[in-house]
Amino acid sequence: MTELLEQPQLTPAEPETIEKVSIVISKGSLEGIYPGLIMANGARMEGIEADLFFTFFGLDAIRTDRFEKIKVATVGNPGMHLPTWLGAIPGMSRLATKMMQRQMEKIDIPPIPEFIELLGDSGARLYACKATVDMFGLTMDDFVPQVEEIISVGEFYEKSAGGQIIFT
Amino acid sequence: MTMTLIADAPVDVDAEGFLTDPEQWNEAIADAIARENGIPELTDRHWLVVTFMRERYLATGAAPSIRALGKESGVPIKELYQLFPKGPAKLAAKIGGIPKPKGCI
Repeated sequence: MTELLEQPQLTPAEPETIEKVSIVISKGSLEGIYPGLIMANGARMEGIEADLFFTFFGLDAIRTDRFEKIKVATVGNPGMHLPTWLGAIPGMSRLATKMMQRQMEKIDIPPIPEFIELLGDSGARLYACKATVDMFGLTMDDFVPQVEEIISVGEFYEKSAGGQIIFT
Repeated sequence: MTMTLIADAPVDVDAEGFLTDPEQWNEAIADAIARENGIPELTDRHWLVVTFMRERYLATGAAPSIRALGKESGVPIKELYQLFPKGPAKLAAKIGGIPKPKGCI
C-alpha cells in the first residue's frame, strides 16, 4: 500500500525589494570615491535608505582640507591605459582629473563637495571610521558638517542591520 | 504596456504604472496617482516640482536629474525628499504623467 506524502505548499514569493544599503568607501582616488556616492544617491532616489561609511583614504571624500582636491590615479591604474612612466609625469593626474570632471559635469554628476551636500540633503547618513580617524589623528573638526559621527566597525554593523552592505 | 483607468480616464501605463503617453495626462490623474503613492493631497510645492518635471521632459525629451531638480525647480533637495519620501524624481515623474527617469543621478 502506498501512502501519499504531504506536499509542501508552494506559494509564489513576493519579489523582494531592497530597503536599505550601507556603502563602504575605502579608496581616496576620484574613481574610488564616485561609485559609492553614485550608488548612495541612486538608492535615495529610489526611496531606499542609505548609510555611507568612509574608511582609510576614503575619508578624503569628507575631509574639508582634501575633498576639493580628489584626483584620478594615473599610476597603477590599468584602466587608464597609460604607460606607468607617462602617468607619473608631473601634472598628468591633474590633467586626467580635469578631463574626467568635465565629462561628469556634462552628464550632471556633481563635483565631490557638492555631491556630499546633495547626499546629506537627500537624507543619506555619513559616518567616519574610528580606526582610521585614530590612526590619522583626526577629529570631527576635520570633517564636513554632513558627517553624523565617528563610529567603530561594530557600530557600523549595528547600523547596517537589515540592509545590504556594499564595499567599494 | 497596458491600458488602465485612472480617475475615469483610459491611459496607457508601463509595468510600474508610469504613463507612456504624456498627452493622456490631466490633473485629476495626477491627484489619483499621488494618492495611490502615499501623498494624500498635492500641495502647491508638489505641483511646482511635478510641473517642472513635466515641462522639462516635454521640452527636452528627458526627465531632469535630481541635481537639476534641486537647483532649478525652486524646491531644494531637502524639501524634495520631504514632499516625495519614496524618491522625488521618480514619483514626480509618475504623478506628472511622464516616463520613469532613466538617468543615474
